[in-house]
Amino acid sequence: MDAQVTVDPDFDLELRLLLEGVYLKYQHDFRHYALASLRRRITQAMTRFNCATVSQLQDRVLHEPEVFAGMLQYFTVQVSEMFRDPPYFRAIREKVVPILQTYPFVKVWVAGCSTGEEAWSLAIMLQEEGLLSRSLIYATDINPEALRTAEAGVYALDRIASFSTNYLNAGGKASLAEYYTAAYSNAIFDKRLKAQIAFSDHSLATDTVFSEVELVSCRNVLIYFDRELQARAIGLFHDALAPRGFLGIGSRESLRFSPYVDAFTEFLREERIYRKQ
Amino acid sequence: MSPAEAVLNIEAIVIGASAGGVEALGVLLDGLPAGFQPSLLVVLHLPPHRPSLLTKLFGARCRLPVREAMDKEKIERGTVYFAPPDYHLLVEGGKTLALSQDAPVQFSRPSIDVLFDSAARAYGPALLGLVLSGANNDGAAGLASIRAAGGRAWVQEPENAMSSTMPAAAIAHAGADLILPIRDMAERLAHLRSGRAFAI
Repeated sequence: MDAQVTVDPDFDLELRLLLEGVYLKYQHDFRHYALASLRRRITQAMTRFNCATVSQLQDRVLHEPEVFAGMLQYFTVQVSEMFRDPPYFRAIREKVVPILQTYPFVKVWVAGCSTGEEAWSLAIMLQEEGLLSRSLIYATDINPEALRTAEAGVYALDRIASFSTNYLNAGGKASLAEYYTAAYSNAIFDKRLKAQIAFSDHSLATDTVFSEVELVSCRNVLIYFDRELQARAIGLFHDALAPRGFLGIGSRESLRFSPYVDAFTEFLREERIYRKQ
Repeated sequence: MSPAEAVLNIEAIVIGASAGGVEALGVLLDGLPAGFQPSLLVVLHLPPHRPSLLTKLFGARCRLPVREAMDKEKIERGTVYFAPPDYHLLVEGGKTLALSQDAPVQFSRPSIDVLFDSAARAYGPALLGLVLSGANNDGAAGLASIRAAGGRAWVQEPENAMSSTMPAAAIAHAGADLILPIRDMAERLAHLRSGRAFAI
């Protein structure tokens, strides 16, 4: 049976100390992550690193940098798929790209890109729409290991079938196979797509805006933040977006609970694509 | 005063259902009277990647508002929230909803255990957990968390359930305050209209 979250009253206290310690020692700020799911992941990390309490885990995290590196996959969640949630990608292709076509140059920011599937998906779509050569995609994340995977553009072949289905449902114009070569059990995506993607380290919790962009795509990242951090992140997107720029978020996320609700208009309600006022 | 005579003050009800659960859930939700006070949070196992029709299905029959949970939404009284397909549904300390795409738990996302654990923390003794028909073990650990935090547990009588595995596992692992056929459970639930009741 899955590790049960104990109702130990000190758990939250120790968790706060752990997050504070991680921030002071490693400058990674998880202090405003949504607690309910973080508790579960920290409980799993305690099992993984053989610690009976969060305080024991803190001891190891502070004194063994490799334990901290291993902890990143518990602080953050890496779930991604190419063309995940195909109606979203179809909407970007059919409704947003025609407007982006009117610009001389287009910058896109995939915030919290994890292992890169969404950034590669957008590159393929922009390529098919003839826009990639005058586009730049910033793909950012806080997890260096995830970023390395993202940059490599190598995904297990057994994931390709579902990626292909998504690609077609998202309005793909060719076959996904046009964009990768199979080698052993992996699919290696075309390096020419990568020329237009800049992978880099960026934290929505502690960093600032680095460029003006026309489209921000940040899906299923905000659900891991509390309201305060969510507001900070949406503020960054707002500041980064050019006037009338687009913001796409996850299908169960909303700007309704953030102070920026009036700074955006709903562009496509169902697909959760907003437009800066 | 024995625990059986204690006054209950139920703020929220969490419900877990799987195989055979649509029917059981229908009986429960149909029986809720208008003005029912406690909030209801529901995990029903479903195949991922399909738009959820649950809110339409149950919303047409239920006297209370039925919604699919939205991240960071404040939990309102007398409202039924369903976990969206492919997301875990959790309760945060401030009684707001949270979603996550953490790994499936026991092959399930949404997971009943994940909802129950987080709700147990947020509501403590003001929580009632219901485990209905299902063909797996999800909900057993979560129901134990609810009871450990002082909340109450009702389980559908396994012989009365279309799939008995899940209610039987919950009873074996967590025990229950009441084990009931679904119609009796619906009737008792309706009596919790104000959230306050004597005994279980």
